[in-house]
Amino acid sequence: MSVPRSSRGWLWAALAGVVIMSLARLFADNADLTSAGTFGVAIRTAAPIALAGLAGLYAERSGTVNIGLEGMMIMGTIFAGWWGWQMGPWMALVGGIVGGLLGGLLHALATVTFGVNHIVSGFAINLIAPGVARFMANQLFVGQPGGSVTNSPGNSSSLGRFTMPFTSGGDLFGWTTPNVLGWFERQRWFVVADLAGLGRGVTSNLSYDVLLVVMVFVASVFVLWRTPFGLRLRAAGERPSAADSLGVSVIRMRYYGMAISGGLAGMGGAVLVLFTNRYQEGQTGGRGFLGLATLIVGNWRPAGVAAGAGLFGYFQGITLRVQPERLVRALVLAAAMALVVAAVVAVWRRRFAVVVWASALAAAGFLAYAMADRPNNQFVYITPYLVTLVVVSVGGQRLRPPAQAGLPWRKGAQI
Amino acid sequence: MIARLGRGLIAPASAAVVALTVSSIALAISGNNPITAFVEMWKTIDSSESVVLIINRAVPYYVAGVAVAIGFRMNLFNIGANGQYTLAALLAASAGAAVSLPAPLHVAFILVIAVAVGSLWAAIAGILKVTRGVNEVISTIMLNYIATGITAFLVAEYLRNPDTILVAETRKLPESARLPSLNPLLELVGINIGGNAKLFGFLPFAIALGIGYHLLLNRSRFGYELRVSGSNPAAARAAGINPKAMVLKAIILSGAVAGLVGMSALLADPQFHKYGDQFPKTLGFTGIALALLGRNHPGGVAVAALVWATIERATQRLSPLGIPQEIGVILQGSFLLAAVVAYEVVRRRNAEATAREAARITASSPPPPSARTPEVTP
Repeated sequence: MSVPRSSRGWLWAALAGVVIMSLARLFADNADLTSAGTFGVAIRTAAPIALAGLAGLYAERSGTVNIGLEGMMIMGTIFAGWWGWQMGPWMALVGGIVGGLLGGLLHALATVTFGVNHIVSGFAINLIAPGVARFMANQLFVGQPGGSVTNSPGNSSSLGRFTMPFTSGGDLFGWTTPNVLGWFERQRWFVVADLAGLGRGVTSNLSYDVLLVVMVFVASVFVLWRTPFGLRLRAAGERPSAADSLGVSVIRMRYYGMAISGGLAGMGGAVLVLFTNRYQEGQTGGRGFLGLATLIVGNWRPAGVAAGAGLFGYFQGITLRVQPERLVRALVLAAAMALVVAAVVAVWRRRFAVVVWASALAAAGFLAYAMADRPNNQFVYITPYLVTLVVVSVGGQRLRPPAQAGLPWRKGAQI
Repeated sequence: MIARLGRGLIAPASAAVVALTVSSIALAISGNNPITAFVEMWKTIDSSESVVLIINRAVPYYVAGVAVAIGFRMNLFNIGANGQYTLAALLAASAGAAVSLPAPLHVAFILVIAVAVGSLWAAIAGILKVTRGVNEVISTIMLNYIATGITAFLVAEYLRNPDTILVAETRKLPESARLPSLNPLLELVGINIGGNAKLFGFLPFAIALGIGYHLLLNRSRFGYELRVSGSNPAAARAAGINPKAMVLKAIILSGAVAGLVGMSALLADPQFHKYGDQFPKTLGFTGIALALLGRNHPGGVAVAALVWATIERATQRLSPLGIPQEIGVILQGSFLLAAVVAYEVVRRRNAEATAREAARITASSPPPPSARTPEVTP
């Protein structure tokens, strides 16, 4: 096979995931679990989390730990709400980037230039940003029609939407093409309908900003691993003294990294503003920290961040659907089945501690599915954090953060 | 001593100047006269009623600051004080409402539960760190959110007061579990507070906590080991201090103190005596800021907590005057950021001075090769 060995495990996992979700859909009799509508909401809720994760990735790859993602996202939301209201939705995106950039540069100034502990500075930014946002909202929105200290008057218009022709029934020069995936989805066939739902969900009725997020990810993989700039940026985070000895300015790279990081986090905030069409106080809701979680779960790689954000976005997305309790219940069933698979794989690999844990949790999951007709939404809320905690605890040895992320560096230091 | 104190005050003083400048600029941009704003702020806090309100506000801040400071002493970032104390407050509130005991025992019972829950929740992060090498920043952030979910779930499903239909909250604590106001005590010594301000009864506990923290840190073996492990891990290991045990002890102790953060509101604030929607839930973050500002020092954190609470009180009456009240957060935030930068600059300068001094001494009298101490490799 042409698939590289390291990716094969992931392919199997993805396949198992699809089969499990399909089984859960059939057993729980809930077609919405894998419908295009659910996946469409999921990619929408995943986009800001993914941007926050990618923002963390640029920061840490260049050697700076960015706990301040949440604050930079907040700066993004207030600027996006302001510029979006004044100049339209595209400028909301630009404004978000500018707002986040300011936060990122402040973090860079404190950590890179002054050598302040990265956690401390990031934390301080998280503390300041809500205050600055409220101050700005007070100045900008209060007294405007529809505006108040907690929300902007609203964007003048929203971004256009894109639907792929042929696969999802998008328009092509005014002609409505056939909706192939939609047809498959309606047949409710095992696995096929679920894949069709996924395919249609991520290709139909997509807002342009979500498309842009996908492109940013593709571009990031290319920039970070295929360009001299990317190599220098990563060298600043892995081995700054080596980079320095080859004439790379570590300080400058770390500033670039933080500028990109802040900009992307702010763009994540702007995507949130575009979702609700206005700035609302507190609308980031911890997504900066969730992005940090995807960075860890995704092992500091863009594809991993995207996958983690997709998973967490799906969890958040189903709570926005009709009858979320039923979806949560079906998801509990899916999780229990996934744990059974994990237990079987662990028997195969002779990791018996994992077998015990996975079986016990699977039993608890089946029990919860059987007992609770309307599970509490809070279980979905805590799932991403629980997953992250399990990943860092169980897979800690396999995770590979950038070697020097979070450590101060001064020119001439031998690390 | 005075010279040392003076040097120590350079950084916070310059940070205060920066914070005042930044907020003055912000005020000027928003079309307000900074001088008027600061005068109004002074007018607000210049009353004995305001002093009481400031102290009431500062007490839970101080407890949170001490909780975080204990972790910092061991180079541990306990970002998770929020989760530790909300979970502790919820369980202590519902347990306290469920039993009837004589007053002192009732309060003690609630405090013990709060401390136990706080330390157990923190212990998760500690155990993950020493057994699996999980960074406590990551685990405590995740545990915060998990605690938020669990408390919301518990208060909605199991620990809810059945008499309140619209809001999910625990039952109110009975009279025997409430700490009385300290106003009568103040009147005994001749201080009469105007207005309706009541000095909350949790203040003596916070003072005792501060003294306990000071004694633990400076007069106990554990405190010595904590300080050594935090400031020089290699030396601590060489001295036979078990780093893993110290990490676990420090994080559990930090969580135990964090468990007390919500107690002032629960036991002494007439507005609460229960856990519900309005209960403060992010005091742990304030605690981080205060531990940083107060440099983990029992007195320093107290001053920081008072400054923090003073800023909040001072800006409370600005809005009706057309001055944005949010200037308070900007004042706090810029003060914090400027202070950590200033501390770091001073630390670097001192380190460089020490290095120069050491170089001067060693250059004048080179030690014989045999007298060289072997380097401790970690």
